[in-house]
Amino acid sequence: MATVASETVPLTTEPDVVSVRRIVREKTTKLGFSLVDQTKIVTAASELARNTLIYGGGGAMRMETLNGPRVGLRLTFEDNGPGIPNIELALRDGFTTGSGLGLGLGGAKRLVNEFSVDSRVGEGTKVVITRWK
Amino acid sequence: MEKIPILRMGDLLLVTIQVDMHDRLAMTLQDDLTQRISETSARGVLIDISSLEMVDSFIGRMLANIAAMSRVLDAETVVVGMQPAVAITLVELGLSLPGIRTALNVDAGMELLRSSGNGN
Repeated sequence: MATVASETVPLTTEPDVVSVRRIVREKTTKLGFSLVDQTKIVTAASELARNTLIYGGGGAMRMETLNGPRVGLRLTFEDNGPGIPNIELALRDGFTTGSGLGLGLGGAKRLVNEFSVDSRVGEGTKVVITRWK
Repeated sequence: MEKIPILRMGDLLLVTIQVDMHDRLAMTLQDDLTQRISETSARGVLIDISSLEMVDSFIGRMLANIAAMSRVLDAETVVVGMQPAVAITLVELGLSLPGIRTALNVDAGMELLRSSGNGN
Protein backbone atom coordinates (compact mmCIF):
# COMPACT_ATOMS: atom_id res chain seq x y z
CA MET A 1 0.00 0.00 0.00
CA ALA A 2 1.39 3.37 -0.99
CA THR A 3 0.73 6.76 0.49
CA VAL A 4 0.66 9.09 -2.47
CA ALA A 5 0.00 12.35 -0.73
CA SER A 6 0.11 13.58 2.84
CA GLU A 7 -0.60 16.84 4.56
CA THR A 8 -0.98 18.00 8.13
CA VAL A 9 -3.55 20.45 9.44
CA PRO A 10 -3.23 22.06 12.88
CA LEU A 11 -6.13 21.75 15.30
CA THR A 12 -5.74 24.50 17.84
CA THR A 13 -8.81 26.71 17.43
CA GLU A 14 -12.53 26.21 16.71
CA PRO A 15 -12.32 27.46 13.10
CA ASP A 16 -9.71 24.72 12.53
CA VAL A 17 -12.51 22.16 12.91
CA VAL A 18 -14.35 23.86 10.04
CA SER A 19 -11.11 23.88 8.00
CA VAL A 20 -10.73 20.14 8.57
CA ARG A 21 -14.24 19.53 7.22
CA ARG A 22 -13.51 21.64 4.15
CA ILE A 23 -10.14 20.05 3.42
CA VAL A 24 -11.50 16.51 3.83
CA ARG A 25 -14.50 17.37 1.65
CA GLU A 26 -12.26 18.73 -1.10
CA LYS A 27 -9.99 15.70 -1.01
CA THR A 28 -12.80 13.11 -1.06
CA THR A 29 -14.45 14.98 -3.92
CA LYS A 30 -11.18 14.92 -5.84
CA LEU A 31 -10.76 11.20 -5.14
CA GLY A 32 -14.23 10.54 -6.50
CA PHE A 33 -15.94 9.26 -3.33
CA SER A 34 -19.74 9.02 -3.53
CA LEU A 35 -21.66 11.88 -1.91
CA VAL A 36 -22.78 9.65 0.98
CA ASP A 37 -19.23 8.42 1.60
CA GLN A 38 -17.92 11.99 1.44
CA THR A 39 -20.49 13.07 4.01
CA LYS A 40 -19.66 10.14 6.29
CA ILE A 41 -15.94 10.77 6.40
CA VAL A 42 -16.37 14.54 6.71
CA THR A 43 -18.74 14.00 9.65
CA ALA A 44 -16.36 11.51 11.30
CA ALA A 45 -13.50 14.00 10.80
CA SER A 46 -15.59 16.77 12.38
CA GLU A 47 -16.30 14.65 15.47
CA LEU A 48 -12.68 13.60 15.89
CA ALA A 49 -11.29 17.08 15.21
CA ARG A 50 -13.54 18.45 17.95
CA ASN A 51 -12.37 15.71 20.34
CA THR A 52 -8.72 16.57 19.59
CA LEU A 53 -9.43 20.22 20.27
CA ILE A 54 -11.68 19.96 23.32
CA TYR A 55 -10.54 16.82 25.11
CA GLY A 56 -6.99 16.67 23.79
CA GLY A 57 -6.29 20.36 24.28
CA GLY A 58 -5.38 20.74 20.62
CA GLY A 59 -3.23 18.80 18.21
CA ALA A 60 -3.21 18.07 14.51
CA MET A 61 -4.76 15.98 11.76
CA ARG A 62 -2.65 14.21 9.17
CA MET A 63 -4.42 13.36 5.92
CA GLU A 64 -3.01 10.66 3.66
CA THR A 65 -4.26 9.52 0.31
CA LEU A 66 -3.80 5.78 -0.12
CA ASN A 67 -3.41 4.14 -3.48
CA GLY A 68 -2.93 0.58 -4.53
CA PRO A 69 -4.62 -1.74 -4.66
CA ARG A 70 -7.48 0.38 -3.36
CA VAL A 71 -7.97 4.11 -3.19
CA GLY A 72 -8.68 5.41 0.26
CA LEU A 73 -8.30 8.30 2.64
CA ARG A 74 -6.63 7.92 6.02
CA LEU A 75 -6.94 10.56 8.71
CA THR A 76 -4.84 10.58 11.86
CA PHE A 77 -5.85 12.81 14.77
CA GLU A 78 -3.16 13.27 17.35
CA ASP A 79 -2.89 15.25 20.56
CA ASN A 80 -0.67 15.38 23.62
CA GLY A 81 -3.60 15.73 25.99
CA PRO A 82 -4.60 13.79 29.10
CA GLY A 83 -5.37 10.55 27.24
CA ILE A 84 -8.40 8.28 27.55
CA PRO A 85 -8.27 6.06 30.66
CA ASN A 86 -10.93 3.61 29.46
CA ILE A 87 -11.26 3.37 25.68
CA GLU A 88 -14.00 0.76 25.80
CA LEU A 89 -16.10 3.11 27.90
CA ALA A 90 -15.25 6.11 25.70
CA LEU A 91 -16.47 4.24 22.63
CA ARG A 92 -19.83 3.50 24.21
CA ASP A 93 -22.70 5.65 22.94
CA GLY A 94 -23.85 8.19 25.45
CA PHE A 95 -20.63 8.21 27.44
CA THR A 96 -19.07 11.63 27.78
CA THR A 97 -16.82 13.43 30.21
CA GLY A 98 -17.70 16.72 28.54
CA SER A 99 -20.88 18.43 27.52
CA GLY A 100 -21.42 16.56 24.24
CA LEU A 101 -23.79 13.76 23.39
CA GLY A 102 -21.15 11.10 23.79
CA LEU A 103 -21.53 10.05 20.17
CA GLY A 104 -18.24 11.40 18.85
CA LEU A 105 -15.87 8.46 19.14
CA GLY A 106 -18.34 5.59 18.70
CA GLY A 107 -20.22 7.48 16.02
CA ALA A 108 -17.05 8.23 14.06
CA LYS A 109 -16.15 4.53 14.23
CA ARG A 110 -19.44 3.58 12.59
CA LEU A 111 -18.89 6.02 9.73
CA VAL A 112 -15.58 4.62 8.51
CA ASN A 113 -14.13 1.28 7.34
CA GLU A 114 -11.14 1.16 9.67
CA PHE A 115 -10.76 2.70 13.09
CA SER A 116 -8.10 2.54 15.77
CA VAL A 117 -7.43 4.41 19.00
CA ASP A 118 -4.11 4.50 20.76
CA SER A 119 -4.20 6.45 23.98
CA ARG A 120 -1.85 6.75 26.92
CA VAL A 121 -2.95 8.50 30.09
CA GLY A 122 -0.90 11.63 30.59
CA GLU A 123 0.71 11.38 27.15
CA GLY A 124 -1.95 11.77 24.50
CA THR A 125 -4.32 10.14 22.06
CA LYS A 126 -4.04 9.05 18.46
CA VAL A 127 -7.11 8.08 16.45
CA VAL A 128 -6.70 6.72 12.93
CA ILE A 129 -9.63 6.30 10.55
CA THR A 130 -9.68 5.04 6.98
CA ARG A 131 -12.44 5.07 4.43
CA TRP A 132 -11.98 3.11 1.20
CA LYS A 133 -13.47 4.21 -2.04
CA MET B 1 -19.34 39.26 15.25
CA GLU B 2 -20.53 36.66 12.78
CA LYS B 3 -24.24 35.86 13.13
CA ILE B 4 -26.88 33.84 11.35
CA PRO B 5 -29.80 36.12 10.40
CA ILE B 6 -33.25 35.41 11.81
CA LEU B 7 -36.18 36.68 9.72
CA ARG B 8 -39.65 37.35 11.06
CA MET B 9 -42.70 36.53 8.98
CA GLY B 10 -45.97 37.05 10.85
CA ASP B 11 -45.76 34.89 13.93
CA LEU B 12 -43.03 32.70 12.46
CA LEU B 13 -39.25 33.03 12.63
CA LEU B 14 -37.21 31.82 9.66
CA VAL B 15 -33.59 30.82 9.74
CA THR B 16 -31.55 29.69 6.76
CA ILE B 17 -28.21 28.24 7.70
CA GLN B 18 -25.91 28.91 4.76
CA VAL B 19 -22.48 28.75 6.30
CA ASP B 20 -20.49 25.87 7.64
CA MET B 21 -21.05 26.57 11.30
CA HIS B 22 -18.32 26.40 13.86
CA ASP B 23 -19.46 25.50 17.34
CA ARG B 24 -19.63 28.99 18.76
CA LEU B 25 -21.76 30.21 15.87
CA ALA B 26 -24.18 27.35 16.54
CA MET B 27 -24.36 28.33 20.21
CA THR B 28 -24.97 31.97 19.26
CA LEU B 29 -27.84 30.96 17.00
CA GLN B 30 -29.39 28.99 19.84
CA ASP B 31 -29.20 31.99 22.17
CA ASP B 32 -30.40 34.49 19.54
CA LEU B 33 -33.37 32.36 18.56
CA THR B 34 -34.67 31.86 22.08
CA GLN B 35 -34.28 35.60 22.64
CA ARG B 36 -36.23 36.40 19.46
CA ILE B 37 -39.00 33.92 20.26
CA SER B 38 -39.54 35.59 23.58
CA GLU B 39 -39.37 39.13 22.13
CA THR B 40 -41.72 38.48 19.22
CA SER B 41 -44.04 35.89 20.80
CA ALA B 42 -43.38 33.76 17.72
CA ARG B 43 -45.42 30.57 17.49
CA GLY B 44 -43.19 28.75 15.06
CA VAL B 45 -39.54 28.47 14.03
CA LEU B 46 -38.51 27.17 10.65
CA ILE B 47 -34.86 26.22 10.18
CA ASP B 48 -33.72 25.56 6.63
CA ILE B 49 -30.61 23.37 6.57
CA SER B 50 -30.65 22.56 2.84
CA SER B 51 -27.26 24.25 2.41
CA LEU B 52 -25.66 22.22 5.17
CA GLU B 53 -23.41 19.52 3.76
CA MET B 54 -22.86 17.95 7.12
CA VAL B 55 -24.59 17.71 10.48
CA ASP B 56 -22.43 16.27 13.23
CA SER B 57 -23.37 15.52 16.83
CA PHE B 58 -22.74 19.11 17.93
CA ILE B 59 -24.99 20.68 15.29
CA GLY B 60 -27.54 17.92 15.88
CA ARG B 61 -27.56 18.75 19.56
CA MET B 62 -27.95 22.43 18.77
CA LEU B 63 -31.03 21.68 16.63
CA ALA B 64 -32.48 19.48 19.38
CA ASN B 65 -31.82 22.21 21.95
CA ILE B 66 -33.55 24.84 19.83
CA ALA B 67 -36.58 22.58 19.40
CA ALA B 68 -36.76 21.89 23.13
CA MET B 69 -36.26 25.52 24.17
CA SER B 70 -38.79 26.85 21.69
CA ARG B 71 -41.31 24.27 22.88
CA VAL B 72 -40.91 25.53 26.42
CA LEU B 73 -41.51 29.05 25.04
CA ASP B 74 -44.68 27.81 23.31
CA ALA B 75 -43.29 27.73 19.77
CA GLU B 76 -42.95 24.79 17.40
CA THR B 77 -39.72 24.13 15.51
CA VAL B 78 -39.52 22.48 12.11
CA VAL B 79 -36.20 21.63 10.48
CA VAL B 80 -36.47 21.50 6.70
CA GLY B 81 -34.43 20.56 3.68
CA MET B 82 -31.99 18.02 5.06
CA GLN B 83 -29.91 16.53 2.27
CA PRO B 84 -30.32 12.74 1.88
CA ALA B 85 -26.59 12.07 2.42
CA VAL B 86 -26.78 14.07 5.65
CA ALA B 87 -29.79 12.06 6.84
CA ILE B 88 -28.05 8.74 6.12
CA THR B 89 -24.91 9.87 7.94
CA LEU B 90 -26.81 11.25 10.94
CA VAL B 91 -28.65 8.00 11.57
CA GLU B 92 -25.46 5.98 11.20
CA LEU B 93 -23.73 8.34 13.58
CA GLY B 94 -26.41 7.42 16.10
CA LEU B 95 -28.43 10.61 15.98
CA SER B 96 -32.03 10.27 14.91
CA LEU B 97 -33.04 13.71 16.24
CA PRO B 98 -35.91 12.62 18.46
CA GLY B 99 -38.20 15.49 19.36
CA ILE B 100 -37.44 17.44 16.19
CA ARG B 101 -40.13 17.84 13.58
CA THR B 102 -38.82 17.76 10.04
CA ALA B 103 -40.21 18.48 6.60
CA LEU B 104 -38.72 17.97 3.16
CA ASN B 105 -38.80 21.60 2.09
CA VAL B 106 -39.77 25.11 3.20
CA ASP B 107 -43.33 24.83 1.79
CA ALA B 108 -44.04 21.60 3.66
CA GLY B 109 -42.48 23.05 6.79
CA MET B 110 -44.64 26.18 6.66
CA GLU B 111 -47.70 24.01 6.14
CA LEU B 112 -46.78 21.95 9.20
CA LEU B 113 -46.32 25.06 11.35
CA ARG B 114 -49.58 26.62 10.16
CA SER B 115 -51.59 23.47 10.81
CA SER B 116 -50.13 23.03 14.29
CA GLY B 117 -50.82 26.72 14.92
CA ASN B 118 -54.49 26.23 14.08
CA GLY B 119 -54.69 23.40 16.54
CA ASN B 120 -53.73 25.63 19.45
